[in-house]
Amino acid sequence: MAKNKYVSVFLNGIVHENPTFRLVLGMCPTLAVTTAGQNGVGMGLAATFVLVGSNVVISLLRKFIPDKVRIPAFIVVIAAFTTMVQLLMQAFLPALYDALGLFIPLIVVNCIILARAESFASKNPVGASAVDGLGMGLGFTLSLTLISIIRELLGAGTVFGISLFGESFEPAMMMILAPGGFITLGLVLGALNKLTSKS
Amino acid sequence: MNLHVTASPHVHSELTTARIMRDVLIALAPAALWAVVAFGANALLLMAVSVLAAVGTEYAVQRLTHRPVTVNDLSAAVTGLLVAMNVPASAPWWLVVVGSFFAIAIVKQCFGGLGHNFMNPALAARAMLLACWPSRMSGSAFTAPTFWSGVDAVSSATPLDLLKKGLVGDLPDVGSLLLGNIGGCLGEVSAVCLLLGLAYLLIRRVISWRIPVIYVATVAVMTFLFGGLDVMRTGVHLLSGGLLLGAIFMATDYTTSPLTAAGQVIFAVGCGVLTATIRLWGGYPEGVSYSILLMNVATPLIDRWVKPHVFGVERRRGKHA
Repeated sequence: MAKNKYVSVFLNGIVHENPTFRLVLGMCPTLAVTTAGQNGVGMGLAATFVLVGSNVVISLLRKFIPDKVRIPAFIVVIAAFTTMVQLLMQAFLPALYDALGLFIPLIVVNCIILARAESFASKNPVGASAVDGLGMGLGFTLSLTLISIIRELLGAGTVFGISLFGESFEPAMMMILAPGGFITLGLVLGALNKLTSKS
Repeated sequence: MNLHVTASPHVHSELTTARIMRDVLIALAPAALWAVVAFGANALLLMAVSVLAAVGTEYAVQRLTHRPVTVNDLSAAVTGLLVAMNVPASAPWWLVVVGSFFAIAIVKQCFGGLGHNFMNPALAARAMLLACWPSRMSGSAFTAPTFWSGVDAVSSATPLDLLKKGLVGDLPDVGSLLLGNIGGCLGEVSAVCLLLGLAYLLIRRVISWRIPVIYVATVAVMTFLFGGLDVMRTGVHLLSGGLLLGAIFMATDYTTSPLTAAGQVIFAVGCGVLTATIRLWGGYPEGVSYSILLMNVATPLIDRWVKPHVFGVERRRGKHA
């Protein structure tokens, strides 16, 4: 496959079919964990790992998996990688593990991962599937990071834990609660649609 | 839009948005003046800043989105004033700026502007401010009116706070409740001023009596029956807190309340039951804003439920019709 094909598959996940802002998939982690910068990055990278791993394995097995049981088969593969991420994070990043909590095992049911398995990895060769997983995962990571930086800045006055406004700033607590997640997502989604609709 | 203009003569209606909004501003004037008298200069500053912020936001958003600028219809000014009336007198000026910006930019203009907002913008702003800065919006943020005491603002629990904590002995007397010598948000302390506003709105036929009267009556019945069969406590429920301000000026918002009489009755009873439920059994001392916001969201469903029967069209009977 030509080299520029890989580039376009990679960029597809980050820009044209950005899972959060274009496909509007994986809303549960997007709204729930984006309360602080490092949570957004951590969640995004964990999902990227699972996405690349499951895309590669499913692409390798795509000729062996019978069509009728493909969904259970995909889920088993995704669950295996999710368990790996969960155990690795629990062992080496316990603080992040505690912050993300339930949402790490829930990566299994993240619809981005199942959607890429179904619509890309099960139809394309291993190399392209790996690049697709990486592009989609990084697109997801960038989106979560953007949302979580905005929410952390307004809701806690910090960016990645570093205070920006000093003592006199009174953070708007709602921004790190559930309504702030919905409001930020909607406004960022609208702004990006506006910015990209003219080009 | 496809407008069909019939042959003349036409009846010209004086009813414009600007006229309605001007009447609402006049009706709010007694309570606003009372806020300045009772709480001092900071109340005036908060109301002025809030109105300016609301009107400025409306102008800026409409210019940025290339829509006709409609700040002259005064609806943004009403929203700005209501936002200021929903904060304690101790609030800093930036609190009402953020509140008015949120009310106009997010709740009103993002959903299409006047007539398209899905909930009351001023109340949504109040709920937002309470969620963002709870210490600025509740508890010790409330101060007693300085008009009588003459001393600087001292924080003072609202009557509803006292009821929630069971401190019945500290409750103010009926005169203080009626006049507004109690702790509370800027616009909600004086029952008499708010009732003057209600009378003006009813005389000018800006609003119908249904929502405010049935709303307050529902709260009265529920707080009397379930609040200990005590007339004094029921009086505190009716005359303090945001009930009158909400029932008269915010639950009656045309856009977010039902169109038909039957719908308005359901809406008002719903508001009353929710308010009494939150106050009597909920965690918060006050529940008017959440009650009205919840019924705002239910309004399209109520409108659909009580859709008037079209004249000349037979209702379906069974499966055969």
